Amino acid sequence: MVDLTQKFDVLVIGGGNAALCAAIGARRAGASVLVLEGAPKFYRGGNTRHTRNMRCAHDAATDILTGPYTEDEFWDDLLRLTGGQTDEELAKFMIAESKDILNWIVEQGVRWQPSLGGTLSLGRTNSFFLGGGRAMLNALYLTAEKLGVEIVYDAEVTDLQIEDGMFLSATLKQPIDGASEIRASALVAAAGGFEANIEWLKEYWGEAADNFLIRGTPYNRGSILKMLLDKGVQDIGDPTQCHAVAIDARAPKFDGGIITRHDSVVFGIVVNKHAQRFYDEGEDIWPKRYAIWGRLVAAQPDQIAHIIFDSTVVTSFMPTLFPPIAGATLAELAGKLGLEPAALENTVADFNAAVRPGTFDHTILDDCRTEGLTPPKTHWARKIETPPYLAYPVRPGITFTYLGTRVNRQSRIVMKDGKPSANMFAAGEIMAGNVLGKGYAAGIGMTIGSVFGRVAGREAAKNARN
Amino acid sequence: MHGTRILDEADRLMTVCNSCRYCEGLCAVFPAMEMRRAFSDGDLNYLANLCHSCGACYTDCQFSPPHEFNVNVPRTLAVARAESYAAYAWPRAFSGAFARNGLVISLVAALSVAAFIFGFAALHDRQVLLGVHTGPGAFYKLMPHNAMAALFGAAFLYAIVALVMGVRAFWRDIGEPVGMRTDMAALLQAIRDAGELRYLDGGGVGCFNEDDRPTDRRRLYHHLTFYGFALCFASTCVATLYHYLLAREAPYAWWDLPVVLGTLGGIGLLIGPIGLLAERWKRDPVLVDEARYGMDVAFIVMLFLTSLTGMALLMLRETAAMGPLLALHLGVVFSLFVTMPYGKFVHGIYRFAALVRYAMERRAMAQGTAE
Repeated sequence: MVDLTQKFDVLVIGGGNAALCAAIGARRAGASVLVLEGAPKFYRGGNTRHTRNMRCAHDAATDILTGPYTEDEFWDDLLRLTGGQTDEELAKFMIAESKDILNWIVEQGVRWQPSLGGTLSLGRTNSFFLGGGRAMLNALYLTAEKLGVEIVYDAEVTDLQIEDGMFLSATLKQPIDGASEIRASALVAAAGGFEANIEWLKEYWGEAADNFLIRGTPYNRGSILKMLLDKGVQDIGDPTQCHAVAIDARAPKFDGGIITRHDSVVFGIVVNKHAQRFYDEGEDIWPKRYAIWGRLVAAQPDQIAHIIFDSTVVTSFMPTLFPPIAGATLAELAGKLGLEPAALENTVADFNAAVRPGTFDHTILDDCRTEGLTPPKTHWARKIETPPYLAYPVRPGITFTYLGTRVNRQSRIVMKDGKPSANMFAAGEIMAGNVLGKGYAAGIGMTIGSVFGRVAGREAAKNARN
Repeated sequence: MHGTRILDEADRLMTVCNSCRYCEGLCAVFPAMEMRRAFSDGDLNYLANLCHSCGACYTDCQFSPPHEFNVNVPRTLAVARAESYAAYAWPRAFSGAFARNGLVISLVAALSVAAFIFGFAALHDRQVLLGVHTGPGAFYKLMPHNAMAALFGAAFLYAIVALVMGVRAFWRDIGEPVGMRTDMAALLQAIRDAGELRYLDGGGVGCFNEDDRPTDRRRLYHHLTFYGFALCFASTCVATLYHYLLAREAPYAWWDLPVVLGTLGGIGLLIGPIGLLAERWKRDPVLVDEARYGMDVAFIVMLFLTSLTGMALLMLRETAAMGPLLALHLGVVFSLFVTMPYGKFVHGIYRFAALVRYAMERRAMAQGTAE
């Protein structure tokens, strides 16, 4: 039994990749460490459970990576995808550290495998976790436990005592073994963003947020983030922005994970509840465009849309969790989707009439396009005319939010007055906005978590022992 | 819709897993799944028999219970696998009774045969049964060699025929043509994969048993059991050759090949089954098909008893206990043989066939990519 009345060297709040890397880093540096995970044991680890890979720089191919991915190339990618909204010093620091993380994380029991089937485009840049994110987490937890890190589940924190940027203690919602106030010499906040907090999302999105589906854990409510920002911590990142993709409308409200996604947009057309198209489905190759569709659908009435295609393309994309809805005619399909049959027939007829002949190739920006149609479909446009007609209903699926706490290179929290906190650190999604002002590329969230988690743990241990 | 409810559930799970694929590095089941978009009964039976039940995909799955997607691949495939054994069994009528009362049937069969031999010998000549016999041919005082060979040859032959019929049914069900040309490379690959239990390692760390800490104990005990069995079988074969080719009669001296092989095998076959039973006892109930507990246990217990009676016979063969022990040992071995086609033993046969099929598919895929 853990004695929670003792004062720990390092308290880690959160239980995902960043939290565990911090806990292990601090423990290996000699500190006594307590991890408070707000979720029950099965749901431990926040969104890490749903991840599958990490993007790390490396100068040469490895057993599982097909070629080099230099620091410069990583930096170029980051600069491009964030449109420059990144802290260059922190970002370059992270990229440099990521090289070592590739090996360090293996020393913590995590195992790599080559990129999964259907993800060839990531084979050079991203290392995949054998068994996925939960397997990765399980390995980190086993290592942390072996090292003597104390871990408590169902341990929701409702308040933080902070004086002049100095963490004193955390208050538990329910006392555990008689302790309700947890004291520690240093704090690592690694409790994620607020994407599962619909009320908070509504502050920026209004009632539309009621129709959002949350792809990850229902426990990412941002309560620790909010407490820190309310107690003088400097914020970073656009509070109104979140990473959103179009996922199946039949997915559960929370925790549907990666399997509710759809990769079929480029093979058909996308219509809203009035059966009208609203964006160029063939603008660019799918890995570069999937992340805009969440926001596009969020902007449509009732936040619903339908990917419409025909029987000729059903095997062109990954098999889906939910089967497509089918109709022998467009009118029958429209009926099943709750669309006006005539409107859908017109939209498809207009689209088919605008399709120009070309040579279809989904791996390149091919010459199959529409002419005289608004909005156009600029690539991979082929007539939808072979029944059965098929559809996937989609809604915005929120992955994560960008608002976070400002940190420095020690992963140390920076206060509103610009001074570094005496003993508070942050790692993972809660501070991702420092590096990732907007945009996303596969595996960067995990890089941020592991790199800044390890740094935060090490620095917190150093801090506590001084 | 499939033929059975468990296949419906297996289909649902494979649809979930095929849209995720995080587990593809753990074993052969998921790469085989990825080669398909839809699953026939035969496909699901193939995947079920390919699964070694290491449990890694359950522990690693973000959608396992209590998640609402309720993904439990090891248990679902275990149930589907057991049902497939029943479906392929020949004659089919024997499988159901055995699945329910495996241990009782095995023991009753063993004791009946032992009693029969015992009684037969006792009627014949009490002195023979309880006397002390040593030297070549000692065993055959109890039962003439030819009678023994005929009885066990028949039991063995029956087991072989029934197993071949079962494999034929399996091979047909999973959609492979019977009598196709042998793919030697695939066969060798499958022998390697089965021989080292490649897919009972949780993707490298060991399999999951009582909790989320991987160990390699089940693999170790299975190796002891399997190779113990193989050595005992080899011992019997060598002894048969000695008898017919060299006219050397059992019992043999402790240093002679049949005894050395049998002793080494016997030791494996004592430790292995005890270990497997202990692991089975500890195993997280969420991972197993509880309804087939009897069938699983029957086979393990019978292997253990085969070795126990055989070792006892070796130790006490120069005393008056030899006669009764020989009768008991022969009874157990006889029962082991005739129940083989209906019990857990078949898991090895169907899994091996599934591994051959997997190796063939992998090779076909690799060739397809190269072209």
